[in-house]
Amino acid sequence: MVEKFMVNKIWSFFIVVGIGFALLTGQFEKINQIFFESTKVSFDLTMQIFPVIALWLGIMNIASVSGMLKRMSEILSPFLGKIFPEIPRGHESLSLIASNIVINMLGLGNSATPFGLKAMQSLQELNDKKDTASNSMVTFLIINTSGVTIIPTTVITMRMMYGSAHPTEIVAACIISTLISSLSGIFIDYIIRKRRGRA
Amino acid sequence: MLNLISELTIPLLVVIIILYALRKKVNIYDAFVEGTTESFQMILTIFPSILAMIFGINIFLGSGVLTSVLDFIKPFLLSLKVPVEIVPMALMRPISGNATLAILNNLLLEFGPDSMIGRMASVIQGSTETTLYVLTLYFGSVGIRKIRHAMWTGLAVDLIGIIASIGVVLFIFG
Repeated sequence: MVEKFMVNKIWSFFIVVGIGFALLTGQFEKINQIFFESTKVSFDLTMQIFPVIALWLGIMNIASVSGMLKRMSEILSPFLGKIFPEIPRGHESLSLIASNIVINMLGLGNSATPFGLKAMQSLQELNDKKDTASNSMVTFLIINTSGVTIIPTTVITMRMMYGSAHPTEIVAACIISTLISSLSGIFIDYIIRKRRGRA
Repeated sequence: MLNLISELTIPLLVVIIILYALRKKVNIYDAFVEGTTESFQMILTIFPSILAMIFGINIFLGSGVLTSVLDFIKPFLLSLKVPVEIVPMALMRPISGNATLAILNNLLLEFGPDSMIGRMASVIQGSTETTLYVLTLYFGSVGIRKIRHAMWTGLAVDLIGIIASIGVVLFIFG
């Protein structure tokens, strides 16, 4: 996994370079202080996020049990059909992609992953070259990595934790900026596909 | 107007979810409680990585090594109204979700959530994804090695997202 591999390197780099620089510049006391402060900060952060995640998971479970998430993906599916012209109508990958996007939109990245992975399996069945990404896969992941969010749960929690007067004031800005990046992603991908199609 | 949308999105969504469930005659209370129990597992999984990342990031940023490097490009960024403090977060965003969370935490602590830097950091976190992680996980799960233009398009989209976040915050709150 890239993240695991990169994280090993980045994490060691942070610590070795950080401590090295601090020692060279004589900040002995500060570095000792950071050691013990980090433990407190991370514990506080986890404990603050915990109840909010619990609350949101509870609410989203209601939406899941009532079939609302499924209904939302059904509404989204026809639009997705246009973005994914290579997926046959009614193929299950389309509704899996829709569920992944809907759940991501509602700020539950972790719960969206199982649907995303199932969508990839389903797209792999349609794929001719098994070691190469299909057009639909690339498009799906470009949309996914552009970060489609309506409710940025974690951010709102952290803003509350640090005493924001308006923790949710950034929601509209998040929606606008994610819209810009998602649409540019879809557009860039469309242009590339058109060019390759002609060549 | 935008502020109203911002503050109404969550309450409205919750009411809609509950009304929909009422109409479908779902056992709402049980569904809620059942859903919350998942959070214990989730927290146990994320605490170690949050601790690791806050530790690493705080040593790195606290030592001041990055600040001395960033001093070189500071005048350029300031002329664009981009605070230099946001750069480490933008650099880490596509690579590690927990590292970004740790930096966001520092920025909110230091500058406050209602400062321009706090808002920019919040919007970057809320509107982008850990691109490299998603690509590795999703492509890896089905054994795909040739990922074509997914990597660089994903990174380009991250850059667009980060620039858009800063721009939108300057536009709305500036």
